[in-house]
Formats: sequence, C-alpha cells, structure tokens
Amino acid sequence: MPRLIKAGRIVEDDWQQLDPDAATAGMQQILGLDQWLQLEDKTGRAVLLEPGQAPAPLFDYLGQIPLVAIDFPVFMDGRGFSYGRELRERGFAGELRACGHFIRDQMTYLARCGFDAFQMADESRLEDALAGLADFSEHYQAAIDQPLPLFRRRG
Amino acid sequence: MYVYDQYDQTIVDQRVDQFRDQTARYLAGNLSDGEFLPLRLQNGLYLQRLAPMLRIAVPYGLLNSTQLRKIAFITRQFDKGYAHVSTRQNIQLNWPRLDEVPDILAELAGVQMHAIQTSGNCIRNTTTDQYAGVATDELEDPRPYCEIIRQWSTLHPEFAFLPRKFKIAVCGSAQDRAAIHAHDIGVELVANASGEVGCKILAGGGLGRTPVIGSVICEWLEKKHLLTYLESILRVYNQNGRRDNKYKARIKILVKAMGVDAFREAVEQEWALLKDGPTTLSDEAIRHAKSFFTEPAYLALDAAAANSELAARCAADPIFGNWVKRNTVDHRVAGYRIVNLSLKATGFAPGDITDAQLELVADLADQYSFGEVRTTHQQNMVLADVQKGQLYPLWQQLQKAGLATPNHGYLTDMICCPGGDYCSLANAKSIPVAEAIQSRFNDLDYLYDLGPIELNISGCMNACGHHHIGHIGILGVDKKGEEFYQVCLGGSQAKDASIGKILGPSFSQDDMPDVIDKLLSTYLELREEEEIFLDTYRRVGIEPFKERVYAKAD
Ligand code: SF4
Repeated sequence: MPRLIKAGRIVEDDWQQLDPDAATAGMQQILGLDQWLQLEDKTGRAVLLEPGQAPAPLFDYLGQIPLVAIDFPVFMDGRGFSYGRELRERGFAGELRACGHFIRDQMTYLARCGFDAFQMADESRLEDALAGLADFSEHYQAAIDQPLPLFRRRG
Repeated sequence: MYVYDQYDQTIVDQRVDQFRDQTARYLAGNLSDGEFLPLRLQNGLYLQRLAPMLRIAVPYGLLNSTQLRKIAFITRQFDKGYAHVSTRQNIQLNWPRLDEVPDILAELAGVQMHAIQTSGNCIRNTTTDQYAGVATDELEDPRPYCEIIRQWSTLHPEFAFLPRKFKIAVCGSAQDRAAIHAHDIGVELVANASGEVGCKILAGGGLGRTPVIGSVICEWLEKKHLLTYLESILRVYNQNGRRDNKYKARIKILVKAMGVDAFREAVEQEWALLKDGPTTLSDEAIRHAKSFFTEPAYLALDAAAANSELAARCAADPIFGNWVKRNTVDHRVAGYRIVNLSLKATGFAPGDITDAQLELVADLADQYSFGEVRTTHQQNMVLADVQKGQLYPLWQQLQKAGLATPNHGYLTDMICCPGGDYCSLANAKSIPVAEAIQSRFNDLDYLYDLGPIELNISGCMNACGHHHIGHIGILGVDKKGEEFYQVCLGGSQAKDASIGKILGPSFSQDDMPDVIDKLLSTYLELREEEEIFLDTYRRVGIEPFKERVYAKAD
C-alpha cells in the first residue's frame, strides 16, 4: 500500500487515485475535477486539483468533501499553495493533501498553507520530508497553522 | 533603524541552519541541481560565469556602521576585498565559495542581516527613497511600511514559488526617488480629500524584455489594509500568472492580458475574503514599526550661523564648495545636509566599494551621521544627517578615500549592472562601456554644462541596470556571438515615468563614446535655456538625434 505523511507520521494510504478514464469510481477513490463535477451526490467523495484548476468550483461543497488532493507535478509551480490556503480560509476542514513532486524544503510552507497530508512521488523521501516540517519554529505571517501574524503576538 | 527582537533573530538563525543543511545535502549529492537552484536563489546565491555571486539583503537600503564593518570583514575573509551596491540597494559579493556561503550567512545573522529572497521567483527586497525621513518634500516616512512589508514577505508560505520574481517599492515624497512605476507593485503614500494619509497602489510595472509603467489599482487605501491588499494582488498573480514562458511570467503581462479593470476586480474579489482578517494592521503594529524610525538626536543649530560659516568655507575652498553644491542635498532639519557618497569614480566599476572604504564609511557614519548609512538604487551611498559645520572635515576624508567625486546626478554618475564581466546571463559587458564613457567625459565643467543626465547600462534584457528608464539607456545585445549595444532615449524614473525609445541599429563597444558624444552635442545645440537633456528630447523627439548619430560621413 502507498505511504504518506499524515499528522506528523508516516502511515499507509487508505485512498486510491482513480484512473482518469475509469467509468465508475469507488467511494475510497480520489476523482479528477471533471469526474468529481459530474457526480450527482458529492458527499464523501474526494477530488484532485491540478495546477490551473482553481478551487472555486469546490466552494459550495466544502462541508461534504472528506479530502482535497492538490497535485504538484513540478515543485516550482506554486499555484497549489494558494489553492490550499484559500480552501482552508473558506472553511474546508477535511484532509488537504499535497501530492506529487514537491520537496522536503517546501514542507513548512505547505503545512502553513493548511496541508496536513503529504504524498510524495518518491516514497523514499518521506522520512527526510518529515524532518523538513521542523525547519522553523517562528513565523511572521498569519497562516493556517498560526492564524495570528507575529505583529499581533509580539509582546 | 529597525532592530531585531528574539523573533526576528530566531527566524534568521533558523534560515541559516536550513541553508547549511541544504548546501550539505547538495554537496553530498542528495539534492539535485534543479532542486537546489530555487533554494540557493532564495538565499541570494547565483552560480555565475567565474564564481558564485551572493546578494546580501539591505532592507530598503538601510545599514548601520556595525553591519558595514561586518561586510568589510566578509569581503576580506571570504571574497576579494570589495563589494558591489546593486540597483535594488542590495550588496553583492562576486567571489564567495559555495561551501563557505553558510558561514557567510551566519556572520550576517550575527549583525541582523541575511540574504533571504534577494533572488528567485519570490517577493524581493522592498526598496524605497534613499532620503526617507530626511527629505524636504516628504509627506510621510515610508520606512515603517517597508519594514511591515519586509516582515510580511519574509518566508511567506504562499508566495515562495511565484511565476517570476516580484518587486515592491514604496515612496512617500513629492518626487519619486524609488521608481515605483517600474515595480511589480508600487506603493505611494498619499493624502485623500480629507487629508488622511493612505496608500495608492500601482501594479504591473516592470522593466525587462517588455518594459511597462505600472497601472493604478487602488487610488487610496487605508493603511491598515495594506497587507491584506498586497496579499490579494499576490494571490491573483500566483494563481493566474503565466508559467509556460518566463518572458511572459511577470505580473505586468497578466495585468495587460486581463486588462486593468478585470485585474482590479479579481483583486477586490480575493480581498473580500481577506479584508479585516487578522493580517489587517493594528494601530499598535503601525506604531511599533514607526517607533524604529524616530528622529535621531538632532542638535538645535543656529541655521543662519551654519549657513554663513558654510558659505565662507565654500568660498575659501572652491573644490569643497563645488562638492557641497553637487553632492549634498537639503535636509528637513535646519543646520543639516544629506551627503551623497559617489561610488562612481572613473576607473572603478560603478557601485563597487572596497573593504577599506566600507570601514571608513562606517567610521564616518559614527562620527558624523548617527552611525547610519543608506545604499541607493543609483548605486551610491548616503550619509543622511550631517551637520553643515562638519561637512568640511567629512569631505576631506571622503576625498582621500576616492568617495567625493562631485558628479552626483551627472552623466558619469551612471547606473551599470555587473554585465558580462561577472554575470552569466549577460549578452555583453557593461563595465568597460561605463568606463570608456566616464574617461571620455571626465571634464567636470563639461559635465555640469550638460546638466543632470541619467545614463543607465544593462548587459542584457533583464535590465538590472534599468536602461529603459535612463534618459539615455544602453543595452548589451548579442549579434551572431558578438557584443553590441543598443541605445534608447527619453526614459525616466520620475513621477512622469516613461520608457525610452530605441534609437536605431546597435553599435560596437568602441563606437559607444562617439555615439554618446553625438547625442550630447545634438542636445547642446538644440536645448533652450536651462532645459535638461530629457526635456529637450521630449520637445524635439528622437529624429534629430537619430540623424546625427547615423549620418553618413561624407
Ligand atoms: S542586466 Fe543582464 S547582464 Fe546585467 S546583471 Fe542583469 S542579468 Fe546580468
């Protein structure tokens, strides 16, 4: 079974990514945005966003979605950081998963943008990525992990 | 100036540790070239033609004497004994060793400095007016807002992998000395109809391959909304900026493609979500930032006495008098002047400064200017608070050290990027062109007769030398493997900002002094009364210059 980082630990994945051409999808499968949009009942159904697929179509369903996965096909493409953070700001409380080719050195940023699950294309890098979560203990900005900016906490 | 507390220090120290680890992983082969690239860039490190180049952040151009001495030490210990002031008010080292860069960063952290986000596709060092706080035409000191932006943009989790680099400038004076129209975002402090000072926000300006003057996105914004508004602009850009072509990736292209109104609407839509959220600046946050930029302990000087004493000195020593006239500027406080130190002596690369000069400037700052120094985007330095009565001894020491060339604002005070001598992106060398022009036009009387002229040189389209907004701009181009130079005229970085127009076919390096000579003599023949070069150009257009320069010899 594929593995990923969740809640600060490496665990086995209980979701599968759906083949984009598959005709039907099981409940534990992550659908592409187009497939997901076609579902009549979106309750309990997970969705994957690619760069260029801004999360706006999800906004009306945030309470029903258990998992939004955001793909990073190349680590230099930072659109997913905004997608994730915006979903959280609009109240999404399910699992927010980064997947693909992000690197260890982006872990702090991802976590701050609200990602709480990390699925790397190369699983052998998971241990190292876990360490990346501890790079910084203090931050200037408000973000999902720390809703108050430093200027409101300085004392 | 701003002083770190334990929070700032923790962040900068942890950043050094992080980069030390990244460098070690790279050198051990555990981090690929491609992965290390943005990580090192966001710590200011380029791998250049001959050696790495390290760009040290000088937030909005402010340094204290301790920091200057540390930089002098670093240039000696880790480099070749000199540093370079860049057009983003930063300081560059041209010869550090990759494996020693973490040690350099640790040295910097010891004096509250860093190299964070001085390069890469992220929010870069915020720049401002080099006369902030002391200018006579200032509405409000922009530096507290620069510091607020510095903190917000430092290691911002959402905006570290933007489509392209992102530059912000702030100005708070009648005259724009920060070139805010040529930035991705320009912030101008302005009063509204009822006299309250707020922020005018411009977006989509920039130089590079497609130079664009920024568009007004918001005419007046309450100060407390500054960060949420900037965050909204950045979010629209991060999600929608092009990533398929690096020459079309800057925000200026997005603003053009969407149209200013649609862009503004998208920003306002994001802003609806962020407005009044926790990132809204509290009064306390603004007060806290301002508390670092209060007035130094100025003496109540007898202005009339100081003036007559200075006038007598100037009359007795005309060389000193000339320097006072050319290189010093009116100060807000009676009895003081702002002093420009010229890093544009003929024979030295524009903006370069040696370790000994750095240490001298540190001493002079302690002695004459409350221990602070500023770097300028024209690649000079400034001592902002000098008593008129102390100008003479200051000048004597500057002169001995080669820092008193009285050319501030004149032709030889040119902006020049490092170009092909150092930079691996260059199409052509820029320093030898600057030197050839400086040597050709080193007669001071002639320079003063020409009046203020901004001549800017870039070694390639990236336009680090701001050639588009020089009255005369020179751009290095590559023609079948040979170095050529294109000339443009009529650029301006002032409030009436404009982009220069290309004169015509490019020239060889040897031709450049003659070409400049022809441009200048055309101007001298055509100018009316006290017109400066730019005004004559604007009145007569490019044709007379073109005719003269490309005239066939008969
Ligand atoms: S303008 Fe070009 S040559 Fe000059 S420093 Fe910038 S990238 Fe290098």
